[in-house]
Amino acid sequence: MYDYVLSSIIFLPLAGFLVILFLPKNNFNLIRWVASIFSFVPMVISFYLIYDYFIVYSGSADMVYIEGPFKWISVINAEYFLGADGISVPLLALTGLLSFLSIIASFNIVNRVKEYFAFFLLLETGMMGVFCALDFFLFYVFWEVMLVPMYFLIGVWGGPRKEYAAIKFFLYTLFGSIFMLVAILVLYFTSEPHTLNMLTLIQTAPGLGHSLQLFCFAFLFVAFAIKVPVWPFHTWLPDAHVEAPTAVSVILAGVLLKMGTYGMLRISWPMFPEATRFFAIPVALLGLIAIIYGALVSMAQKDLKKLVAYSSVSHMGYCMLALGAWGSVTALAGCMFQMVSHGLITGALFLMVGVLYDRAHTREIAAFGGLGVKLPIFTGLMVLFSMASLGLPGMSGFISEFMVFIGSFSSFKLITALAVLGVVLTAGYMLRMVQRIFLGEFNMAKWGGLAEMNAREILMVAPLAALTVAIGVYPSPLSNVMKATLENLVNLVAR
Amino acid sequence: MLEYAYLIPLYPLLAFVLIIFFTRWKERLSSAIAILLVLLAFVHSVFVLVAMLGRHGAPVELSTPFIDHLIIKLELGMWIDALTAVMLLVVTIVSSCVQIYSLGYMHNDPRWSRYFAYLSLFTFSMLGLVIANNFFMIFIFWELVGLTSYLLIGFWFEKKTASDAGKKAFITTRIGDLGFIVGILILTFYVGTLNYQEIFEKVTSGTLSGGILAAAGIFIFCGAIGKSAQFPLHVWLPDAMEGPTPVSALIHAATMVAAGVYLVARAMTLFAGSATASMVVAVIGLITSFLAASIALTQNDIKRILAYSTVSQLGYMIMALGLYGVDYAHGHHSAGYVAGTFHLMTHAFFKALLFLGAGSVIHAVHTNDINDMGGLSRKMKTTTITFFIASLSIAGIFPLSGFWSKDEIVASTAGHPVFMVVTLLIAFMTAFYMFRLCFLTFTGEPRDKERFEHAHESPKSMTGPLTVLAFLSVFAGWVGLPWLHRGFSSFVYHDQVHHAGPHYILMIISTMVAVSGIGLAYTIYYKKVISADALARRFKVLYKLSFNKWYFDEIYDAIIIRPILGSTRVLWWFDANVVDGLVNLIGWLTVKWADLKMWFDRYIIDGTVNGLGYLCMAGSWMVKFIQSGSVQFYTLVVIGGAIGAVLYRVTEVGFYFYLIGLIIVALLSLLVKMTRPDRVGTEPNIEG
Repeated sequence: MYDYVLSSIIFLPLAGFLVILFLPKNNFNLIRWVASIFSFVPMVISFYLIYDYFIVYSGSADMVYIEGPFKWISVINAEYFLGADGISVPLLALTGLLSFLSIIASFNIVNRVKEYFAFFLLLETGMMGVFCALDFFLFYVFWEVMLVPMYFLIGVWGGPRKEYAAIKFFLYTLFGSIFMLVAILVLYFTSEPHTLNMLTLIQTAPGLGHSLQLFCFAFLFVAFAIKVPVWPFHTWLPDAHVEAPTAVSVILAGVLLKMGTYGMLRISWPMFPEATRFFAIPVALLGLIAIIYGALVSMAQKDLKKLVAYSSVSHMGYCMLALGAWGSVTALAGCMFQMVSHGLITGALFLMVGVLYDRAHTREIAAFGGLGVKLPIFTGLMVLFSMASLGLPGMSGFISEFMVFIGSFSSFKLITALAVLGVVLTAGYMLRMVQRIFLGEFNMAKWGGLAEMNAREILMVAPLAALTVAIGVYPSPLSNVMKATLENLVNLVAR
Repeated sequence: MLEYAYLIPLYPLLAFVLIIFFTRWKERLSSAIAILLVLLAFVHSVFVLVAMLGRHGAPVELSTPFIDHLIIKLELGMWIDALTAVMLLVVTIVSSCVQIYSLGYMHNDPRWSRYFAYLSLFTFSMLGLVIANNFFMIFIFWELVGLTSYLLIGFWFEKKTASDAGKKAFITTRIGDLGFIVGILILTFYVGTLNYQEIFEKVTSGTLSGGILAAAGIFIFCGAIGKSAQFPLHVWLPDAMEGPTPVSALIHAATMVAAGVYLVARAMTLFAGSATASMVVAVIGLITSFLAASIALTQNDIKRILAYSTVSQLGYMIMALGLYGVDYAHGHHSAGYVAGTFHLMTHAFFKALLFLGAGSVIHAVHTNDINDMGGLSRKMKTTTITFFIASLSIAGIFPLSGFWSKDEIVASTAGHPVFMVVTLLIAFMTAFYMFRLCFLTFTGEPRDKERFEHAHESPKSMTGPLTVLAFLSVFAGWVGLPWLHRGFSSFVYHDQVHHAGPHYILMIISTMVAVSGIGLAYTIYYKKVISADALARRFKVLYKLSFNKWYFDEIYDAIIIRPILGSTRVLWWFDANVVDGLVNLIGWLTVKWADLKMWFDRYIIDGTVNGLGYLCMAGSWMVKFIQSGSVQFYTLVVIGGAIGAVLYRVTEVGFYFYLIGLIIVALLSLLVKMTRPDRVGTEPNIEG
């Protein structure tokens, strides 16, 4: 059954997309349940994959579940080639989980339901594909495929400035993709025989000259950095996150941002070891800037969703800092942990913001106060996720930040010591937010009618809460999954 | 029982989980579960202490990997030695007393179950902190106690002051934790392990020494500065009094704030290896102790006086431990280590008692302001007696527990004259402000008649714990009597037993200091021989400094909080206008560039194409008139041409005259043809 396991998680959502196209437009419930089923099955498979990988393959650094390479477009030697390893398996599971939860969270969409869920499933296909593709052309196709549904999801179902946000997101990413395409072409034409196979290129690309390596690295970096987003390429993020509907914000923050860091781990770092070492300090510095800058800008936000959006900039900074410390398995494991943990926590925070917005029709922090009296469950969960976000021990955010710090400290003493400041700043803006929304006097006249979370809403954040705590308390299974792969990666960069 | 000591923290954790997920709706059941399980932890701790006494403090270590295969192994484990055993007992005793006391104090609170759940979570975290065998694990629980402290300070979160205080506590202690993290990073990188014993071995063997050791020590001490509310991060503790009073007793007096002292004691080998680090510790402790005592002299809020007293006493312990480290680094042993840890224990009891007593008073009169109290001894017998016992203990009166431990602290300053003088001065101030508080609260005439009328002694659930703690405040110190050769000092010690023996001179001096402090308070506030107001006017500057807490909050607000908040707004403006402005500018320029291209395309490129077409059509339009079909005209052209050819052969000039004439004739005839009305319909259409 392993022969086509990756293809099945990529193309099941696509099948769902096609099925939905043939469903009657007005039968909302049918469409919703079909979409749920077609995202539920890939989620289950991706969970099984992480379990199976942990049991069977976690000691091996090689690609597993390989499909292909099959001839696809023979003129340019593009192949259909999939595979997964310790880096991609956790991200596949994260994608599967967040996609399913987002679809559940989208049940309250009533406008153009059919198109919405169709686009959502198409999006999932693109995301899954990016994390499995081992052929550059295939990777590029999935990377771009995901843009289109995202554009419409923001542009049609978004907030007041949706058109602006959608086009900004689309063009910004596309702008980066051009750089990626150039780098791909350079790699294609410098390899002999011409190939787009990533695994082959990882073996041969270090043979490129110094300047050509730096050139390709820099071009790919722009493409990935926009996606992460690395400061100063981050300004599409607050607009897109704030204007997007709740579930789409979850996917944006939870999965899309990780594609940037995934690209670096999968492609840039092993393919251009010399350039990676050359750019290590600038990369770490960009991480430091993002951590501090993102946190400070977060603190100034008046809109709850924008606060969470900017906190993403800050949190992804930890990933960049860790990526700068290329020589440490601990740092890279910290980066992976941070990717997973940020996906869970920020995804949950966006869901919670959506729950509040559905009821109050505002996200302005100053409009609230004392909600803890009226909404104990909502408050409890929100405080839990805020604590997770500020890196409280016992939750996944702490493990990832701690690993990033101890990993990076061996490479960068001062930069890491300064990055630790982010811990206090994060506590600052999270606690300010909690205080202004949930604590203090409760305005009975204004918010007396707010209803507590319903069962569906609790069920959609409960798995995230449980996983956040589970990883925080017992992280070693996850770290064992990625261990061998990361050790191999460090060796590749050290070449 | 010893090898299962790791269960001790898990009992209260179980209570937390049970209450939050299952019994939240059944209030009485929730509190019963919490108290039952903390008592179980207490009983287990007693067994651990007994077992530990049996093996003369020989430590036990157990550990399990948390994440291995990183650059260092992170593990969870337990390290039980004499200090741990004592701390386990102290924490469980105080926690049990406070939870039972809360049954009375918190009655009718709408969030009753949650309160007991939080207390259980706190107890779990604190016990985990105590039992840890490495810096990673202690840091985990260190942060968790910070969380529970945040939740409990802001328990009555409808009050703005309470939620502010919770936030302030969390953030201020986290600033200290920054240093703690950096200290851990230094240890990770230079030592390669976070296990206490492995690090200490490196220190004693000399592998770890010099600047690195000093840096590691000082950075780790930053954590203690935050948690134990030492200068300059002491500002959060007085505000933390916004929490329910039992919480103040448990967390902000007896246990959590003692965690910093515990950390220094635990990592003593680290500090003892570096005289610099130890000196920093001692000086910070002394400054804190003095500052806090000086502030406590003039405050009017009963809980805040006790809070500053706590800060001051913690400073005492930190100073004693620091001085021990200094002495040890210079090669001689002193009483400091025993003094610090011993005072940690006795202080926990009498300070918890003071807070619970204050809670009992507040419960009766519903105010914190001692100016509105007075004469309460007539209404509240048990509270008054126990409160006086605790005050005598903290003032250091023979033979209460505080006397023995404070005496050891004074003894540990031997060889450091400045420290000794200031320490005695602080002892004087302590005795003074404690009895100022006692006399103003319990003696004299009631200053607020109405409140006094409604005052009543608290219920049994509250006076019971007071009595237990009063008993401990008297006798707990006796385990460290200087005449005992197998007492506290031969059980809890660092490196090797140092039994100081009785210092009769010091005992007499410190008793005189304490008695004179009490005497001054007596003359001012009981006999009213000297007017307090007159004194305040006399020393106006000092009084204002003390009353306004040396303006720390104002200074921090001006130099830290405002600049940071200001910078967030500046950066947000920068982000929205400069960084994003650049993106939008690029977008705008692209659009403008496209507009320019469109103009060029429409008017230049397409204009050229259309222009050529126009020219062709205009030309052909003109030429078509020549093709008139008139034979005479054609003949005329032929003849004209022939004449022209002949003329050209004869003279060139004449030819040109001829040509010009010909063209004029041609144009005139063309004009005539064009203006003829029957030709109008065939005008060319160049627009097409």
